[in-house]
Amino acid sequence: MTPELGHGAVIVAGLLAVYGAVAAAVGGRTGRTALLESAQHAALGVFGLVTGALLLLAYAFLTFDFSLRYVATNTNLATPYYYRITAVWGALEGSIVLWAWMLALYTLIVILRHRHNARELYPWVLSVMLGVLAFFLLVMAVPAPPFERLSPVPANGRGLNPLLEDSGMITHPVALYLGFTGFTVPFAFAIAALATGRVGDRWITLTRRWTIVAWYFLSLGLLIGGWWSYHVLGWGGYWAWDPVENAAFMPWLTGTAFLHSVMIQERRRMLKLWNIGLVILTFSLTLFGTFLTRSGVIASVHAFTQGTIGAFFLAFLALVVLASLWLLAWRWEALAAEGELDSVISRESAFLLNNVLLIAATFTVFFGTVFPLLSEAVRGVKVSVGAPFFNQVNVPVFLGLLFLMGVGPLIAWRRASRDNLRRNFFWPVVVGVAAAALFFALGVRSTLAVLSLTLTVFVAATVAVDYVRATRARRRMGEALLPAMGGLLVRHNRRYGGFAIHLGILVIAVGVTGSQAWSVQREATVQRGEAVELAGYRFRFDGLAAREAGNHFFVESTFKVTNGRAVAYELRPGKKFYPQEQSPIAHVDYRLGFIDDLYLVLGDFARDGSQATVKVQVNRMVSWIWIGGLVLTLGTVLAVLPERKKPA
Amino acid sequence: MTRRSLRWLLPVAALPVLALLAYGFRVNHRDIPSPLVDRPAAPFVLTSYAGEPMSLEAHRGRVVVVNFWASWCVPACYDEAPVLERNWRAYRERGVMVLGVDIQDTPEAARKFIDQFSLTFPNALDPTGKVSIDYGVYGVPETFFIDARGRIRAKHVGAVTDAIFRREVDRLLAERG
Repeated sequence: MTPELGHGAVIVAGLLAVYGAVAAAVGGRTGRTALLESAQHAALGVFGLVTGALLLLAYAFLTFDFSLRYVATNTNLATPYYYRITAVWGALEGSIVLWAWMLALYTLIVILRHRHNARELYPWVLSVMLGVLAFFLLVMAVPAPPFERLSPVPANGRGLNPLLEDSGMITHPVALYLGFTGFTVPFAFAIAALATGRVGDRWITLTRRWTIVAWYFLSLGLLIGGWWSYHVLGWGGYWAWDPVENAAFMPWLTGTAFLHSVMIQERRRMLKLWNIGLVILTFSLTLFGTFLTRSGVIASVHAFTQGTIGAFFLAFLALVVLASLWLLAWRWEALAAEGELDSVISRESAFLLNNVLLIAATFTVFFGTVFPLLSEAVRGVKVSVGAPFFNQVNVPVFLGLLFLMGVGPLIAWRRASRDNLRRNFFWPVVVGVAAAALFFALGVRSTLAVLSLTLTVFVAATVAVDYVRATRARRRMGEALLPAMGGLLVRHNRRYGGFAIHLGILVIAVGVTGSQAWSVQREATVQRGEAVELAGYRFRFDGLAAREAGNHFFVESTFKVTNGRAVAYELRPGKKFYPQEQSPIAHVDYRLGFIDDLYLVLGDFARDGSQATVKVQVNRMVSWIWIGGLVLTLGTVLAVLPERKKPA
Repeated sequence: MTRRSLRWLLPVAALPVLALLAYGFRVNHRDIPSPLVDRPAAPFVLTSYAGEPMSLEAHRGRVVVVNFWASWCVPACYDEAPVLERNWRAYRERGVMVLGVDIQDTPEAARKFIDQFSLTFPNALDPTGKVSIDYGVYGVPETFFIDARGRIRAKHVGAVTDAIFRREVDRLLAERG
């Protein structure tokens, strides 16, 4: 019964979405409000049906309903209940259900928020949102049906991919998809602006918060993905430039560019064409990412599966890209800039340069990602592009971005005077130079590390200069110190939210720099009682133990860790043997620290526990990346709070 | 070029990128070339679920299809089990042998699987995993087509279909003459 019920809900929802998309567009064009209202009802219906489908799928997982092919493929009787819930979106079909549900939810919020405050744009926004939703429902109905019946019904299922049995897998896809789907809203507004010819600032003002929210979730998704990679995969890293990581990173880069370039349009009436182009690009890249993960076109550790689904996504991607660009070309004249760039030394040009660098980074990542395909198409040679290419090309770009992060927010609009430059940048430059000297004196010899850390200090100093000066100004108005500091954050929450996000990025930059420059590792085979030494730590191998653990068999080793001081504790890396997997899965054990992460991966071992091979890593400053994520979260919350009007 | 015509370059520029992505469908990343193709197949002797010895050597001179499967391999092994049975029945008179090697499984679940599809060709558990290691099996199902001289001639990853079975077996039968 469940398969039929679910499949029916998907089909009805799909038809409703198509109807709603058409009705909203016609309603917008003819001004017939009855049609528009009908489209809203359709959207409501779609949300209800997709919610029902999602719950039904979860129910099927919780009750081990192996008559569903998707359930039988992704769970077995030994899968604990919480992983049965995450298994709902653990593979292709279910991930589309979650995706569609989020999109339906966003559509609902758009209706609630913008039905009255964007009269002209709203019908087209609704139409685009429902159109995109209809596509995902089509995918659920035809190439990736989550409710397909499996006959005969097997007694047990295959089980979830053991690597996905981790708490990171609860949140990583959820955050990532919230980011991906979130960019549908600004895209819908951009298309509405093009369709109506109202390409002024209204659509940008309305979507600012949406863009930040989508951008934030995408950032969070990337960070949690990094955390999962770090503590589950056992290679000690958090980012590998894998095609699918790149697929999520590209819309992040263009989304970041958009967040900055809109400020120039708001302030100077420039870059209208550019902004709409960026939104179209960002949304297209989210689709491209989905296409990449699900088509099997590019080999990747993340690749979901193959089938006809790739063709569906490519066709939709082509439709979106070509139709949007055609609309853009059609409205070309209306998108001309009203303002002009006055000087190269100005905030406009700093932001423009920031955009150029972000787009350059996007392009290189895109190029590196599709290069294997290009090479095979043109020369018939299979190649793979690895981390060295991406690092070499992108590190200078990111350093440039770091520098601009310090300059952009403080330099004057239009044309910066000598005085403006001195006032804002004298102390940050002094502090930066002093920091560089200090790092050098402390023995940091890697040029890249010195440069990156110096820039970080410089940017942090610009934020401090701004905050101190603004606080002083309020103190002169007679406010006490703490209320002045707090009041600034509340009254100028957008500006200081932005600064806080910048600080979060700086903390992440320190983590990335430190981990790249100072992490050390070694591999060793030890007898019981022997120790491996690395970076002042001793790891003594104390033997092996084995036990049954739910759905797998667990072999655990014990290492006693000591350093020069009296601290001693145990780390227990192991290996998990799942009946459905050919090879065991490593269970990393680690101890996170503010500076040093101790990180152990068990390799081969003697069955009697007398000997084991272990990979020992001391990873430096990786925790800063996760801390940066928290700062980013606080900044985002601050930035999206409703803006208070300043008292007259 | 005028500014007016320039703007249509945008959509046109997107076309080659889309075409490249479309080309991607023609590339098959699952075609991991097996180094074992055209090499002699590793011999094995296992005990079948019917309690009889099941060895590759015993079938020298025949075309042998060795299929690696498991009862937990949903859905691919469930898809191909009827295909294997059907083709085994159709080809057994012409000197074709099908051998199923069950890996990483429990005997109860495997017996149930065999009963469910009424499999009549021999199937045996690979208790130590040695056979699947000898054949370089990545995952299940994988199927090896072995010629009358005992050499592996083709490897298929994923569920075998009627068309694939016939194509490979017919080719090897034709060679034998």
